[in-house]
Amino acid sequence: MFKFVLNGILRDRSRSLFPIIIVSLIVALVVFYKGFLVGAMGNMFKDSAVITSGHVKVMTTAYKEERQMLPNDLALLEVDHLIADLSQSHPDHFWSPRISFAGLLDLPDENGETKSQGPVFTTGIDFLSENSRQAELWELDTRIVSGREIRHFNESLVSAKLAEQLGLSLGDAVTFVGTTMDNAFTTFNFIVVGTFDLKMGPVDKQMMLADIQGARMALNMENAAAEIFGFKHDMFYDDKNSQVLRNQFNKMHSDTSDIFRPTMMALRDQNQMGTMVDLADVATIIILGIFILIAMIVLWNMGIMSGLRRYGEMGIRLAMGETKGQVYRSLILESVIIGTIGTFIGTAIGIPLTWYVQEYGIDYSSAFENLSNNTMMMTTVFYAKITPDLFFIGIVPGVVATVLGTMLAGRAIYKREMAQLFKELEN
Amino acid sequence: MLIRASTRLMQSKKRENMSNKNVVEIQNLLKQFPVGGGFFTALKDVNLQFKTGEFSGLVGPSGSGKTTLLNQIGGLDSPTEGSVNVLNMDLVNASHNQRADLRKTKMGFIFQSYNLLPVYTVFENVELPLILNKIESKKRKELVEQAVEWVGLTDKLESRPSQLSGGECQRTAIARAIVHKPALVLADEPTANLDAKNSHQIMKILVNLNQELDTSFIFATHDEKIMEYLKRIIHLDDGQVTQDDIIEKPKMSL
Ligand SMILES: Nc1ncnc2c1ncn2[C@@H]1O[C@H](COP(=O)(O)OP(=O)(O)O)[C@@H](O)[C@H]1O
Ligand SMILES: [Mg+2]
Repeated sequence: MFKFVLNGILRDRSRSLFPIIIVSLIVALVVFYKGFLVGAMGNMFKDSAVITSGHVKVMTTAYKEERQMLPNDLALLEVDHLIADLSQSHPDHFWSPRISFAGLLDLPDENGETKSQGPVFTTGIDFLSENSRQAELWELDTRIVSGREIRHFNESLVSAKLAEQLGLSLGDAVTFVGTTMDNAFTTFNFIVVGTFDLKMGPVDKQMMLADIQGARMALNMENAAAEIFGFKHDMFYDDKNSQVLRNQFNKMHSDTSDIFRPTMMALRDQNQMGTMVDLADVATIIILGIFILIAMIVLWNMGIMSGLRRYGEMGIRLAMGETKGQVYRSLILESVIIGTIGTFIGTAIGIPLTWYVQEYGIDYSSAFENLSNNTMMMTTVFYAKITPDLFFIGIVPGVVATVLGTMLAGRAIYKREMAQLFKELEN
Repeated sequence: MLIRASTRLMQSKKRENMSNKNVVEIQNLLKQFPVGGGFFTALKDVNLQFKTGEFSGLVGPSGSGKTTLLNQIGGLDSPTEGSVNVLNMDLVNASHNQRADLRKTKMGFIFQSYNLLPVYTVFENVELPLILNKIESKKRKELVEQAVEWVGLTDKLESRPSQLSGGECQRTAIARAIVHKPALVLADEPTANLDAKNSHQIMKILVNLNQELDTSFIFATHDEKIMEYLKRIIHLDDGQVTQDDIIEKPKMSL
């Protein structure tokens, strides 16, 4: 009987080719769509991760408590050693030190008198060490408005807004005035080599970017750092993964009550990002759910149509003494075969497609050109993400929906009087 | 065309079917269909017996209830009232599966519109009842070849229905109906789509099978050509039997 059913499928194109094409297309779409959504959602957090939170970050427990105040006196020490440790125990991440500090920025005139002055919020980033990916992550090539990137520890980038406010020009030496790690008064001269615009509205109004080495010298923080940011190599924020890492790390360092013991925070633990992450997850599930639902309705209809077309066959098989159950089951068997083949083909199409968009992205920048003025930062390149479940998700629309559709469509066999099937068969 | 059958096999089959019992017993059959708010009475007060080996026909104008009655005998539809006994099975009280089993093992159906499965070859179409009866493949091949020989289609075994003429399609359908040597064949207007020459050829095949296999045949027809072969003609009018004649010497025979 299996051979009989299989022969029927293989020979009747309208029974096999057309449904397999439809199932394959739907499966490919669902696979790609899931990969794209997950990728897009993951990338949504990239800017937050780069600028403020990392995928995870390490700081002292004391620093964490008062982190709103940027308490650099509570910073991590022996950072090189810590980073080496982290790199070894978590090779799926790369680790980069940060120091954030606030103070005054003073622009002197040729006599050394203050020409202009204003509050400044500085972030010291490891731009210069070998293999540092920070310049790339900050997308400085597109965000620098004038000048160039930092090449030396005493150089800095100033936001275009701050530069305008203070009347800064490229090449100016500006003096940072603030306090060291030990709460002593300090001044440090930076050379402004460029201006930048994060394109995120007013957040960069008082912002300066410096090299970590410059920051350390300014604040007397040799081999110290306020925070160590950890990023996954693919820059894709994987919430579960980060939470596991954070829990492991914190458990490992929970055996002392030292207020300087390191502690880890995940992206979701900061600035209400958790809500965003959860929202993104829910949105993915809802959108995907609707998509799969539509796919199921299409496949159900296909089941009904091919069922209608074959009332004649069903009638004659019933007359020959097959029970309704047997006819019904052979229809289901057919849909399982078609659904399985379609799922294989669809997944085989969807995965490479997703991979391509994972590697190269889809660039929407031309579409967004009019939308994105200078004050609004919008991600314009979307990357997909291949996750392991992508290899199996196709089964839901491909096999489950196809079989469910056939089951629903096939109920007509049970509902109808057998003689009625014959009436339809006479026409 | 010469139609020959392997007689020894058939004789054993003959003895098996040769009980003196009736193959079909119908008592006080009433069949009503719900129409709108009320009922339409398609069959009424039908009392009929068919004996083993009969070559009989239900005759009457269109809408007189012939197909409805055949469906009752075939267990494809259940009566509103009355009893239908077929091959020792009380169809009214039998389950869906029991009736299906009876059709599978002991009955064959021939329709006006052939109803061959288009994607399968002649061989496969004729083979299907044997697959359903779980007959092993070597035996199946033997039986299919024999049945196809009876209807004279040996050279078309690998053809698809779309490559056959109407007459050839109906002969394939006949082979399919008799391949498992059923005790009872129900044929609903089997010649309605065929010209005179093909109609006569089909009827000759069926008369021959009736004699060789001792299979009982019940036709439903308003085709004069068929009636010339029948040995019993039951007239239906408005769902009631109006006349029941035995024909000792049919006008046409082998
Ligand atoms: N399922 C049904 N529902 C309603 N009326 C039906 C149904 N089947 C048959 N009939 C009616 O019963 C009568 C007999 O039909 P049928 O047995 O097909 O006639 P015949 O085969 O003699 O031409 C017709 O009037 C037909 O319309
Ligand atoms: Mg009829």
